[in-house]
Amino acid sequence: MSERAIIEVARGAGGGAPVASLRGARSRTAKEAAIGGLLFAAGAVSILTTVGIIAVLVWESLAFFRRVSVAEFLTGTVWTPLFVPQHFGVLPLLMGSVLVSIIAAGIAIPLGLGSAIYLSEFAPERLRRFLKPVLEILAGVPSVVYGYFALTFVTPLLQPLVPGLQLFNALSAGIVVGIMVLPLIASLSEDAMNAVPRGLRQGAYALGATKFEVATRVVTPAALSGIVASFILAISRAIGETMAVVLAAGMTPNLTLDVRESIQTLTAYIVQVSLGDTPFGSIEYQSIFAVGLLLFAVTLGMNVFGRWFLKRYREEYA
Amino acid sequence: MPTIRVSANGEAALETRDVRVRYGNNEAIKGITMEIPRKRVVALIGPSGCGKSTLLRCFNRMNDLVPSAAVTGEVLFHGENLYADHVDPVEVRRRIGMVFQKPNPFPKSIYDNVAFGPRLYGRPPDLDDIVERSLRQAALWDEVKDRMNDNALGLSGGQQQRLCIARALAVTPEILLMDEPASALDPIASAKIEELIQQLVEHYTIVIVTHNMQQAARVSHYTAYLYIGELIEYDDTNTIFTAPHEKHTEDYVTGRFG
Repeated sequence: MSERAIIEVARGAGGGAPVASLRGARSRTAKEAAIGGLLFAAGAVSILTTVGIIAVLVWESLAFFRRVSVAEFLTGTVWTPLFVPQHFGVLPLLMGSVLVSIIAAGIAIPLGLGSAIYLSEFAPERLRRFLKPVLEILAGVPSVVYGYFALTFVTPLLQPLVPGLQLFNALSAGIVVGIMVLPLIASLSEDAMNAVPRGLRQGAYALGATKFEVATRVVTPAALSGIVASFILAISRAIGETMAVVLAAGMTPNLTLDVRESIQTLTAYIVQVSLGDTPFGSIEYQSIFAVGLLLFAVTLGMNVFGRWFLKRYREEYA
Repeated sequence: MPTIRVSANGEAALETRDVRVRYGNNEAIKGITMEIPRKRVVALIGPSGCGKSTLLRCFNRMNDLVPSAAVTGEVLFHGENLYADHVDPVEVRRRIGMVFQKPNPFPKSIYDNVAFGPRLYGRPPDLDDIVERSLRQAALWDEVKDRMNDNALGLSGGQQQRLCIARALAVTPEILLMDEPASALDPIASAKIEELIQQLVEHYTIVIVTHNMQQAARVSHYTAYLYIGELIEYDDTNTIFTAPHEKHTEDYVTGRFG
């Protein structure tokens, strides 16, 4: 059939009317392009902000490290930037953050995982649909409230039980931060467990597994990558937590493993200097950027590890 | 009244008495009484929604996992009602195994899949033997013996289904329930499953739900035809497919509807 004939046939199918142009209206294409551009700009704002933050952190830190060596900063055990003689050993701050995070993880991981298993495997559907949003609301409580809760409730409660517990201490801070990130673990782990195919559960039940065995031997291992990723996210949030820790653990840079004592975390130091009257450009001022950069490196490292873990161990179900 | 011409003559592996299943207000099984003879293959056939899968799930109390399902009547296993108050469904499922429509191996190694059931009841010292025996019974041993530690999800669909059969056999059940075990497989894998069923029946009682009437005709000794929750006819497979007593059965097996 010739090309002309094909066109004739096509016209015939259209009822003899001339074939309408398929070219879109100019105004519509322009509008689409504009919308695309606006949406790109919206996304670009957050990316550019992140790039800007990193740039400022690195820039100011470079100024700091011209005056204090990286080795001295990372290995020094005394942190007294606001007194004479000044020492810039970040280990006491790092230890403070790690201590709080370990206590928080010790609370949040078992309780969070337990809640997730309960919600996903044991709770009746209606209760689950009620409890899960409640848990997520708990994640929305401002952290300053948790700090106040630690200072005015948890510490007085613990003082009779833990001899030598100071008013400001790492233990209470770790506990409330743990309670704070618990919903994160519970909610994300529950999502991961819920995504495990029903067929796997049925297969295990059909072999005579109990509910608990199904939860621990089939569902939890199958959801492990998502569960571990939730742990890592929660811990990196605990490291970054600021207000609750400032209020509960105080501001005493202290290289110690004694959880009864007051400590200072990386974040708490940044708050302390930011709120003080440190002159712009001074070494104290610059030091918060170095601390911030370290904090950023730690949380970024954990997030990257979390993502890698999720990708590496994700189970694909046929 | 249904036409029932199958009697186990006191050799029933399972016996149902007026079993009814309700999902909320909807009665899915409307009073079924039948016997499953020991070491025979019984096929349950019928159009979609006739309740054949629901009935199968009464035999090992899998319906317990559906919160809205309520079962009444009796399912007798060695003279004991599976639905009596004192009966633990977990114990029931250890004695009456099940294979599902879609292969559902655990995302674990081939070995761990088969060992899963035996490990639930402790640490059997002869676990390796149990795994090997089960895989041999499921006609999978030769294909997987050199890669027992590989993830089971790497097997083909047909191999996965035979692995699921091996996994069910590893706990030495007396009865094997199969819910359309070959419907998700290609014809060759499907034929292997059918061959396997014919070998397994020497040791096990098998109840199979199938959509595929040729399959029912090939593998089963007896066939029960269900329609909208009722047992219409239960007879020798040969009779069901060549000279059924009920008009309804004949219409179904000759493909006039369904």
